[in-house]
Amino acid sequence: MNYINLTKIAINALNRNKFRAVLTMLGIIIGVGSVIGMLSIGEGSKQSIQSEISQMGSNMIFAMPGSMRRGGVMMGNSNAKSLTLKDVAALRKQARNLSMISPQVSTSGQAIRGNKNWPTTIYGVNGEYLDIRKYELEDGRIFTEQEINSLSKVCIVGQTVVENIFGTEVDPVGQTIRYSGIPLKVIGVLKEKGQNGMGMDQDDLILAPYTSVQRRLLAITHIQAIYASAISEDSSDAAIEEIETIIRSQHKLKDGTDDDFEVRSQAEMVSMFTSVSNNMTMLLGAIAGISLLVGGIGIMNIMFVSVTERTKEIGLRMSVGGCGTDILMQFLIEAVILSIIGGIIGILFGLLVSALATNVLSLPFIIMENAILLSFLVCSAIGVFFGWYPARKAANLNPIDAIRHE
Amino acid sequence: MQKTIIEVKDLKKDYHVGEVTVHALRKINMQIKEGDFAAIMGTSGSGKSTMLNILGCLDKPTDGTYLLDGVNMAEMNKKQLAQLRNTKLGFIFQSYNLLPRTTALENVELPLYYNSKVKSKERRERAMHALEQVGLADRYHHMPNQLSGGQQQRVAIARSLVNDPVIILADEATGNLDTRTSYEIMELFQKLNDDGKTIAFVTHEEDIARFMKRNIVFRDGLIKTEMTVDKRHNATQLIAELPVETDIDF
Ligand SMILES: Nc1ncnc2c1ncn2[C@@H]1O[C@H](COP(=O)(O)OP(=O)(O)OP(=O)(O)O)[C@@H](O)[C@H]1O
Ligand SMILES: [Mg+2]
Repeated sequence: MNYINLTKIAINALNRNKFRAVLTMLGIIIGVGSVIGMLSIGEGSKQSIQSEISQMGSNMIFAMPGSMRRGGVMMGNSNAKSLTLKDVAALRKQARNLSMISPQVSTSGQAIRGNKNWPTTIYGVNGEYLDIRKYELEDGRIFTEQEINSLSKVCIVGQTVVENIFGTEVDPVGQTIRYSGIPLKVIGVLKEKGQNGMGMDQDDLILAPYTSVQRRLLAITHIQAIYASAISEDSSDAAIEEIETIIRSQHKLKDGTDDDFEVRSQAEMVSMFTSVSNNMTMLLGAIAGISLLVGGIGIMNIMFVSVTERTKEIGLRMSVGGCGTDILMQFLIEAVILSIIGGIIGILFGLLVSALATNVLSLPFIIMENAILLSFLVCSAIGVFFGWYPARKAANLNPIDAIRHE
Repeated sequence: MQKTIIEVKDLKKDYHVGEVTVHALRKINMQIKEGDFAAIMGTSGSGKSTMLNILGCLDKPTDGTYLLDGVNMAEMNKKQLAQLRNTKLGFIFQSYNLLPRTTALENVELPLYYNSKVKSKERRERAMHALEQVGLADRYHHMPNQLSGGQQQRVAIARSLVNDPVIILADEATGNLDTRTSYEIMELFQKLNDDGKTIAFVTHEEDIARFMKRNIVFRDGLIKTEMTVDKRHNATQLIAELPVETDIDF
């Protein structure tokens, strides 16, 4: 047997039937391309959600009063008053797995300056809050201990607030705004942070000393949430347990009674959203799998039909001296050439689709080697098998039966 | 004494179609010697094609022995049979059987592709030479659908010649052609035979059979008569005597 000759024969045969070759390759291209495209979009959105959640804070843990769920029913927690500044003090004193802690009280209202006003939320926090939530100062400074203790009327503003009530000409630092009737002096401006994973504007906020918000705006003694940072990513679970133990003992809860507060961590949110996006990736993967199947059936069909069509050709080749192996090799080489060319085009097509889609959806563009390899192998295997199998049947015929084949 | 190219002893071929058994060949004994030009004749269904397919190693007999160039075909495996077809036999089909969308030259080259001893330069030269022999050298780059029936049959003949076989087997090679073209093909065969080629030619037409040296007449799967042609036709002469083409008046 002569492989050079057989390769020439195979190439000539493909050349004679360009349309059929293109159709077969199209099956491979669609199969490979869609798998690569879909999985890369799925993986991209997963990674983008993960990175956005990690942007929300550094190893962030937060405690809220009340149990959000009772007997399967979601309960509002705004009325619960179980968390207090004493809890914060206890955590600060006892917790070993926490590096930063801040109380949080918030309310919404109208920020007004001159004839401009803007509805936004004001958060009462301490200076550590910025680090916990990964906010950075663009200008100015954070509150001092002194300002917190004296219920100072100072605030730090987010970029969206700056845009809407200051515009571009005025330097906000040193200016005074009014919020729900109370004048607040701007001492700092936050850097822009953009939208979070759920599309919320993280720059539409005002930060003020928690004491000021608690007393002057809300007139309450409890706090609405505690934000903290675990000392490391790994200690996040230990930190949750620690917070629970400390607050339970603060609240003097007996064993067996439910918590009157709830602790959540960023890590939990990451895993929750990761599982959501994993489901999405699986869905996309299933769609891709169906495309792969459709592509495969396409290849299979064309190969089957073409061998029936080509049984006469096989008979003729055998009658002039081709043996069964020669015929099989020819069909195998044809199938391999189609698979390789189709596979390469499919890979390029898939990468192009995912590059475009991730660009439009502003997701990270991820090249998934496994998806490329897998889809390529599946399509090639289908192409080669269905090129080889019917050809083998034809090559086993008596030459005369193959020639006479209708 | 001439060399015996083909020797067939007590050859039988049955076809089973459902319950029915068709005895296509019952008991055939025959020989074809080197340089022979034998017509295999007979009515439709008498077993001519069946015989030729077996001679061409395209089909296997049910029983009996077939010696080609002294070698017993029953002892050959599929691969060896393919090699024999490739090097010793040239087969011509009634329906030409050219590869579509493939040039005349490439069609003629086809058998040599399956012979790894022949390098591509030699392959091209031998195919061109075979096309010259059938008078189609100037059409080497034409596709089958750009050629007339007679020209396609010439390409098929060139393909059967290209491997320099010990025998050429032709099944109704003139069956689809008009008289003049048939005679032209016969002229070609006579020339090949004059140059020493052994030829077995299946036909049911008396006048075609008279171009050959010997007639073997089949009937119901048996050889009815075998005779030497006494007043043999000369194709070149007959073509010259054919009436010049005129418009047909009704
Ligand atoms: N593949 C087959 N299956 C069943 N019967 C067959 C097959 N091939 C041929 N036969 C039968 O064998 C007998 C001989 O057929 P064959 O083709 O040899 O005839 P032939 O002499 O070539 O006739 P024609 O001049 O019409 O070509 C016929 O009765 C035919 O029906
Ligand atoms: Mg016949």
